[in-house]
Amino acid sequence: MSKKEWPLWEIFIRGQHGLNHRHVGSLHAPDAEMAIRNARDVYTRRKEGVSIWVVPSAQITASSPSEKGPMYDPAESKVYRHPTFYDIPDEVGHM
Amino acid sequence: MYAQMVKSEGMKSLEEMSPEERAFQERIDANEKIEPKEWMPEGYRKTLIRQIGQHAHSEIVGQLPEGNWVTRAPTLERKAILLAKVQDEAGHGLYLYSAAETLGVTRDELTEKLLSGDMKYSSIFNYPTLTWADMGAVGWLVDGAAIMNQVPLQRTSYGPYSRAMIRICKEESFHQRQGFAIMMKMANGTPEQKEMAQDALNRFWFPALMMFGPSDADSVHSAQSMAWKIKMNTNDELRQKFVDETVPQAEFLGLTVPDKTLAWNEEKGGYDFAEPDWNEFFEVIKGNGPCNEERLSARQKAWSEGAWFREGLTAYADKAASRRAAAQMAAE
Repeated sequence: MSKKEWPLWEIFIRGQHGLNHRHVGSLHAPDAEMAIRNARDVYTRRKEGVSIWVVPSAQITASSPSEKGPMYDPAESKVYRHPTFYDIPDEVGHM
Repeated sequence: MYAQMVKSEGMKSLEEMSPEERAFQERIDANEKIEPKEWMPEGYRKTLIRQIGQHAHSEIVGQLPEGNWVTRAPTLERKAILLAKVQDEAGHGLYLYSAAETLGVTRDELTEKLLSGDMKYSSIFNYPTLTWADMGAVGWLVDGAAIMNQVPLQRTSYGPYSRAMIRICKEESFHQRQGFAIMMKMANGTPEQKEMAQDALNRFWFPALMMFGPSDADSVHSAQSMAWKIKMNTNDELRQKFVDETVPQAEFLGLTVPDKTLAWNEEKGGYDFAEPDWNEFFEVIKGNGPCNEERLSARQKAWSEGAWFREGLTAYADKAASRRAAAQMAAE
């Protein structure tokens, strides 16, 4: 009998009401429903969350780490995208 | 505001509510966030689609008056800054469309409703940007007014909307400051430049006040939206706050707010000021502002002339997918 391996799932937990789900790790499970059950046991034993998302790892497309330079370096010279680039006197008040 | 005069259903009292509706209202009263897959009253869903959609449309159409000056910015630095700001607005539109889509409406539906005139965008973007000083006035006044509304909306009850607002507010400060920096430069420049700055303030002051919408003190729609925490302050509260913060900034610039009735009211701790011309506001909303036609036709043109490109990308994605499938078959 050929053994079918369970797929890998990426687990995202919403820590508190209103926050984004955050990636916390991954686990194996035969299907999405079991992945949620397992994630509940693995990642929320201390009430770490109010909601769980599970996504098949195979469905995730990631940017390549070796492209870090071309991807993010161009933003380095665009300092004017930050509010601190502009000299506004304190007496004008918060802006 | 960026969403003006959003209509919602009439309001129910706690006793009139179904158990589901009551539990929903109690969650909102306890400052819990409502998330996409949870139960919500149909009116809440519909009102939010209208409001977030209108907000998103405003970000997108709002690129046009500023885009108008990108190629004519006075220096390369100013050009890069303006371009970065317009680029941010596109991003803000995208965050908001995505939030609206979690409520069960598609991106294309929203776009088509904008293009057909079924959905509105903020009245402010139907005014022309005639001189470079307008880039200053828009950043300072228009983004300033938008921030007034968006900061409290970070606490809105609908999770995806709240999170989009938090992201947007983080990026918005740069917009207002770059505008004010332009105003400072112009106001301290030659007499002609100062005159341009004053002229821009004269033209944008009342349209900026209109952004908050007419007084909604007695509006049932507002009361329901406020109970649902999708509207956090009344239009008048926000308008007052905007005037109180902006008048001293105009004084700092040495410019005059074009309102002869403007006066500090010690008792209320705020300025008394003239209402904008609400007939003009309703005309602009109806489609009769100076630039309504131009703005909408620019969006329609972008949509129809971009169709071949969108179709091309879809065709390419389909082709790449079938190529991958074939390669996988061959490997097995």
